Amino acid sequence: MSFFRRLLRRPVAVVCFAYLAALVGIAVVAPIAMPSVETQNAGDLFGANLLPGWSHLLGTDTLGRDVLARLLVGDRVTLVGVAEALITVLVLGVPLGLAAGYRGGWTDRVVTWLADLTFSLPAVVIIIVVLSVFPGSMLAGMVTFGVIAAPDLMRVVRSATLPVREELYIKAAEASGLSGTYILTRHVLSRISGVVIARASLLAAAALGLQTGLAFLNLLVAAPAPSWGGMVADGTSVLLLHPWLIASPGAAIAVTMLALSIFGDAVRDAAVEGWSPAVTRRRQALKSAAPGAAAPAEGRLLAVEHLGVSFPGGEGDLRVVEDVTFDVAAGEIVGIVGESGCGKSVTAAAVIGLLPGAGRIDGGSVWFAGTDLARARDAELGPIRGRKIAFVSQEPMASLDPAYRVGAQIEEALRCHRGLSRAGARARAIELLRDMHFADPAAVARRYPHELSGGMAQRVGIARALAGEPQLLIADEPTTALDVTVQAEILELLRELQLTRRMAVLIVTHDWGVVADLCDRVVVMYAGQVVERADVRPIFDSPLHPYTEALLASNPHLAPEAATLPVIPGTVPPPGSWPAGCRFSARCRYSVAACTELAVAIEAAGGAHETRCLRHDQLARA
Amino acid sequence: MAWVPDRTVLVRNPVLRVVTRRCAMAVPLLLVVSALTFILVSLTPGNAAEEILGTSATPAEYAALDRALGLNLPVYEQYWNWLRHALTGDLGQSIFTSQPVTQEIGQRLPVTLSLFIGALIVSAVVGVGLGVFSALRGGAVGRAADILALIGFSLPAFWVGAELIVIFAVWRNWFPATGYVSISDSLAGWLHSLVLPVITLSLYGIASLAKQTREAMLDVLSSEYIRMAWANGIPRRSIVFRHALRNASMRVVTVFGLLAVGLLGGTVLVEDVFALPGLGSLMVTSATSHDIPVVAGIAVYFTLMVVAINLAVDLAYVWLNPRVRIQ
Repeated sequence: MSFFRRLLRRPVAVVCFAYLAALVGIAVVAPIAMPSVETQNAGDLFGANLLPGWSHLLGTDTLGRDVLARLLVGDRVTLVGVAEALITVLVLGVPLGLAAGYRGGWTDRVVTWLADLTFSLPAVVIIIVVLSVFPGSMLAGMVTFGVIAAPDLMRVVRSATLPVREELYIKAAEASGLSGTYILTRHVLSRISGVVIARASLLAAAALGLQTGLAFLNLLVAAPAPSWGGMVADGTSVLLLHPWLIASPGAAIAVTMLALSIFGDAVRDAAVEGWSPAVTRRRQALKSAAPGAAAPAEGRLLAVEHLGVSFPGGEGDLRVVEDVTFDVAAGEIVGIVGESGCGKSVTAAAVIGLLPGAGRIDGGSVWFAGTDLARARDAELGPIRGRKIAFVSQEPMASLDPAYRVGAQIEEALRCHRGLSRAGARARAIELLRDMHFADPAAVARRYPHELSGGMAQRVGIARALAGEPQLLIADEPTTALDVTVQAEILELLRELQLTRRMAVLIVTHDWGVVADLCDRVVVMYAGQVVERADVRPIFDSPLHPYTEALLASNPHLAPEAATLPVIPGTVPPPGSWPAGCRFSARCRYSVAACTELAVAIEAAGGAHETRCLRHDQLARA
Repeated sequence: MAWVPDRTVLVRNPVLRVVTRRCAMAVPLLLVVSALTFILVSLTPGNAAEEILGTSATPAEYAALDRALGLNLPVYEQYWNWLRHALTGDLGQSIFTSQPVTQEIGQRLPVTLSLFIGALIVSAVVGVGLGVFSALRGGAVGRAADILALIGFSLPAFWVGAELIVIFAVWRNWFPATGYVSISDSLAGWLHSLVLPVITLSLYGIASLAKQTREAMLDVLSSEYIRMAWANGIPRRSIVFRHALRNASMRVVTVFGLLAVGLLGGTVLVEDVFALPGLGSLMVTSATSHDIPVVAGIAVYFTLMVVAINLAVDLAYVWLNPRVRIQ
């Protein structure tokens, strides 16, 4: 949908645009229709200072002139001033911004430096100096404002041009030998027009504020010609006697400024399609009791039962995780495996009640130490996070606050969870960092996150997670963002920590190597469901779900050398387009008609091995 | 040469680096602003001699006064004379009052500074507070904050000032309508005389800071390190104030600098509405009567204030952002 079509769908934008268009119409017509108003020194002096009424809709001023007529005629000088400033801003700002963004290099540096210099100028002071040279010259004043405000638009144009320049069709146009000017006007300008209109609209509001302000100071428009700012000034001089006189010109200014800023905002929002405001984090706990709710048997530290998670979407809620059941015993390592988009990370986040955006648990339960976390209030969850369950992120660098030294961040966790003193926390933080195999932990503690490598940042993240001595560590793809050699270090560290601390680990991964290295048990997820659950050995020896089998076959670690690596045809169906039957059936080489008919339940296939496949018997014999 | 600062210190120490950079920028800025003032004012039809003597004097009398005031010299010579003295802290004399410009400005500076600093403090406290509050509450409160910000943007300060006078000085006799009481005369009177002007000037600042703070907070609150802080049991108070606000403030501070420059210009209008004897009103009267030394002097003072604001913003940024601090 084109940008203007999107804009037309916003009623607020249309209303503002209609109002502004009407103002332009009045500016053209009113001085022609009422030619005497401009030179009228006084009206009916016996009818001065009238309140609004039928003969004078907005009343009369101290000289008996009709306020409405003056307001309508004064519209022209106000808009002409805004137009003068706006044209200057556009003529200077757009070409300079395009040049700086498109050419880069020296052009960019010079233009940016000039802009910086202009931002340090006291604009109003300069304009008053200019007006003292050209007394009453609105053109001089508004053009000066335009020159001072142009760098603002220039910066906006520049930063909008930078990404456009990198796009393929621009590159293609360049390669086909089109001139830079042609590309800029024909392709780049059309792409950034929304941003330019939005910013220009806000600058027009600023110009309006300035024009009326200068008119208020009697620096622009000579009496008796009416202007909005001048009318406020006239009213202010008799403020104590006739306080209502400033109401209508003030309202005219305010409403016009409002229309310009709202229009600008609406244009910006329409230009940045797909941009939506972040939603504040507000966790919604499940209200209803779980069906057959009872704390699970002893020995299981974490028991996730029939967990469902949904996100609000355009057409109702979108389910992304459905009927997920698994558990973790004290001191064991469980892996959740699957391709991207299967709901692994969402499941991990749901356990500690930290779903991104407006996601929420909409079914099932998460039992931990006798509490159902899916139904726990924030006050109950708080003491569990960090002290009982800790979390390690898949983006180690982004998971640490860039504003604080890493030592301080570990100390903060220690003081929260262990109630240590400042000095005690410091000593303990350095001990924790030493446990992470840092050679000089005190030096590391003094660093900021941006001074660490990804692997170091992840070890710091683990140290912070361990500050509260949790019973369960959830690691969401802890090695995905790291180099291969560093991955091995982190995995080694996790295994060692699990052994020395008897801590359970729930690790989310798509890497079978991690599973083989670390895990006691495996949960395989596909399209929001658990498809297979087993101890680690049987999964590798005899997978009982075609998805697991295919996933294992496409794993580079296990494939014979020099063989072509098989891939699973197709992609994971996204949430909302899951088939009624088996969700893997479309990509499955064992699929039969029955697979696509009804939803498949997960069932035991001997021992602790469970699978969600109708044909797992055949698969086992194959 | 021991007295020359070590180059590596200049590069490594970010505070020094910022101060050097800003001062290096201040010099051309002051030159440009003062030279522009001289050139522009000399272009003006009519000059100070005519303003002082009126139209009835003889040409000989004009010429004599021109010589006495140095107005017969070419502009660049007038400027050079001014600049030589300015470097020693002497900004010349007012053509009309014959008072030294520094003294004339010195009398009025406290008024403008009281108004300006008062408005900065109110804008920062109320604006940032509102922004944080609406970011945390979201929903209807957030929308209400957005609407309030839009209205704050749209109301012209000079009109708001006049309406405040109508309501709080005329209708309810709570505050004086106009005028300024010096702090040395009466602390209470000073505060009392500043309440309405400061509110008037702050409105725009509150609106723009509230909006910026809200957007910055929402952005930071959805970042991975805040999610990890929640996940690892850092208490809410600490997440909001220690982590989110600290990181959001880096962005708010840069906006604050631009806002401060804008508010400085706004003092001219607000002083006019409330008849405050500050630099702005002196500027307007001097500009209309071609009192070049006073206009140039005020331009220099305003520019110095902008330089000081930018320096403070840069230093605050260095203090807030460790990535700038260590390089």
